[in-house]
Amino acid sequence: MGKYLLRRILQMIPVVLGTTLLVYALVFALPGDPVKAMFGDKPVNEAVAAQIRAEYNLDKPFIVQYFLFLKNALTLNFGETFAGQPVIAEIGRAFPVTIKLALMAFCFEAIFGCVFGVISGLKKGKWYDSVILIVSLLLISVPTFVTGFVGQYFLGVKWRILPVTAGANPGFFDLLMPAMVLGSVSMAYIIRLARSEVSSNIALDYVRTARAKGMSNTSVTFRHILRNSMIPVVTYLGQDLGALMGGAMITEQIFNIHGIGFLTYQSILKGEANMVVSVVTLLTLVFVVCNLLVDMLYAALDPRIRYA
Amino acid sequence: MTDINTTLPGQERYVAPLEETPLQTVDTVDESAPATSMWSDAWRTLRRNPLFIISAILIVFIIFVALFPGVFTKTDPNYCTLDDSLEPARPGHPFGFDMQGCDVYARVVYGTRTSLSVGILSTLIVVAVGTLIGAIAGFCGGWIDAVLSRIVDIFMAIPMLLGAIVVLQMFRTVTSIWKVVLVLALFGWVSTARIARGAVLSSKNLEFNTASTALGSTPMRNLFRHILPNSLAPIIVIATTSLGSYIVSEATLSFLGIGLPSTTVSWGGDISNAQSILRTDPMVLFYPSVALAVTVLAFIMMGDAVKDALDPKSRTA
Repeated sequence: MGKYLLRRILQMIPVVLGTTLLVYALVFALPGDPVKAMFGDKPVNEAVAAQIRAEYNLDKPFIVQYFLFLKNALTLNFGETFAGQPVIAEIGRAFPVTIKLALMAFCFEAIFGCVFGVISGLKKGKWYDSVILIVSLLLISVPTFVTGFVGQYFLGVKWRILPVTAGANPGFFDLLMPAMVLGSVSMAYIIRLARSEVSSNIALDYVRTARAKGMSNTSVTFRHILRNSMIPVVTYLGQDLGALMGGAMITEQIFNIHGIGFLTYQSILKGEANMVVSVVTLLTLVFVVCNLLVDMLYAALDPRIRYA
Repeated sequence: MTDINTTLPGQERYVAPLEETPLQTVDTVDESAPATSMWSDAWRTLRRNPLFIISAILIVFIIFVALFPGVFTKTDPNYCTLDDSLEPARPGHPFGFDMQGCDVYARVVYGTRTSLSVGILSTLIVVAVGTLIGAIAGFCGGWIDAVLSRIVDIFMAIPMLLGAIVVLQMFRTVTSIWKVVLVLALFGWVSTARIARGAVLSSKNLEFNTASTALGSTPMRNLFRHILPNSLAPIIVIATTSLGSYIVSEATLSFLGIGLPSTTVSWGGDISNAQSILRTDPMVLFYPSVALAVTVLAFIMMGDAVKDALDPKSRTA
């Protein structure tokens, strides 16, 4: 296990390097001179502009810029935004909000996705199975921003159950609707995944053997069917945790949540290259680490998988 | 061969006469009829699937609307007068008017073409590029596979929306729908490549491939005549399913104001424009959303049906 872990961590390095290089290249190929933009309507003072360029390494060749960025990133020094704020401080302010949102969405989709998926897989053909299937198909086909508006209109404006927007320092209650909206599509996928897994496992020989041994229905379901059905679901959930943080952009935009997605979108529009690269680097790390954790979880769920 | 009904010395036992054995039913199978291939088998399963019939009717209708929007409305979607701003529905304008006074029904009808073309074009590019790269990686193996797989990993680690926004920001002045198509393809080819690689890897070492090598066919001929056709099923499945998701992505990008230009009639753009009046006039947002959802739903149902037909192990219903 330790050897496998080490190999996986070593394999992560080229992926993280490649991703940051790709994003860095994309961002710095952006047209428009950010230094000129800092002067706003005032005429550009070339001497000051040159000084700013030197300060942000913008005068050096691209590949040198990239390595300087990497060197600083290793010491968690992501530079400053054009407004003079340290990037790491801005991220530090926004990250907890997004993590809170993503974790709430994650719990929502994991709990409701598994419960509904397993129920409808165990009771295939019943009327509630059809209802669950139709609702999950609808959730997949409606884009997140439409789900968000529907939620805002009914839960927020018409029935006044939940707050319409979250604002600066959102609490649990403020984030409840955004989290449900963010997790809704993945929940629908989990329902479908869990349903097809459970319903195909239920017909396998080992389930019949377990029943023939005289095991009770409950323990057959929980000890055999569920344990085997959960492996693909766990894979999906693990990959989704990273995707949720990136996907939070739309949800944060609709509900006015000042998290990572909101920050990234604003930075891209403003051409804050440092910020964009730093955020994407962090998101990539989160994504890669989540994938690693999923692989570790496999071994716990399926004793046949043993890492040498 | 002796007749089985005659008993030779030392074989005294009962042998049922041929008429009494059920072997005849086997004999009645028409051997001259062509054997059913995987594709004709799949087509038979598909035709019996109500999910397929419903989604096929919907998709044909959607394609018809996209090709001939003029059949459904005579109103110009770009003709807007502020006199009609947020007017309710009246004869000839069944969905009413949006904030700019444009006819919502006409815009929904004309938006079909935009969504559908982005979805179909992105899917075609993704399938072509993804299959090619995945097949090369799986077929060649060795360092080529290692390099291509790492590139796939790198693209996989970038959230699609984030990457698309970064690239599209560069081309704000370009007004063609191709920029959205190419960006979706740029971040979408990886999943197809991964699946194509897996499919090629698993059919690479099967007997038919060894047999055709033994008969003297070149590796390239093997790849295109034998391995690729046998790896097509999973690629077709993912292509159908992702078509819907590309339509959603296009709408999302247009919604963020960074996808298609506002001069192009698109559902995403219309939904984005309607969000500010959500609290007072929700219907303006409702119609393009429903059109978008029905279109995506049709393609997802089609994907499910195709998956059931081509991959009997993963029946969803």
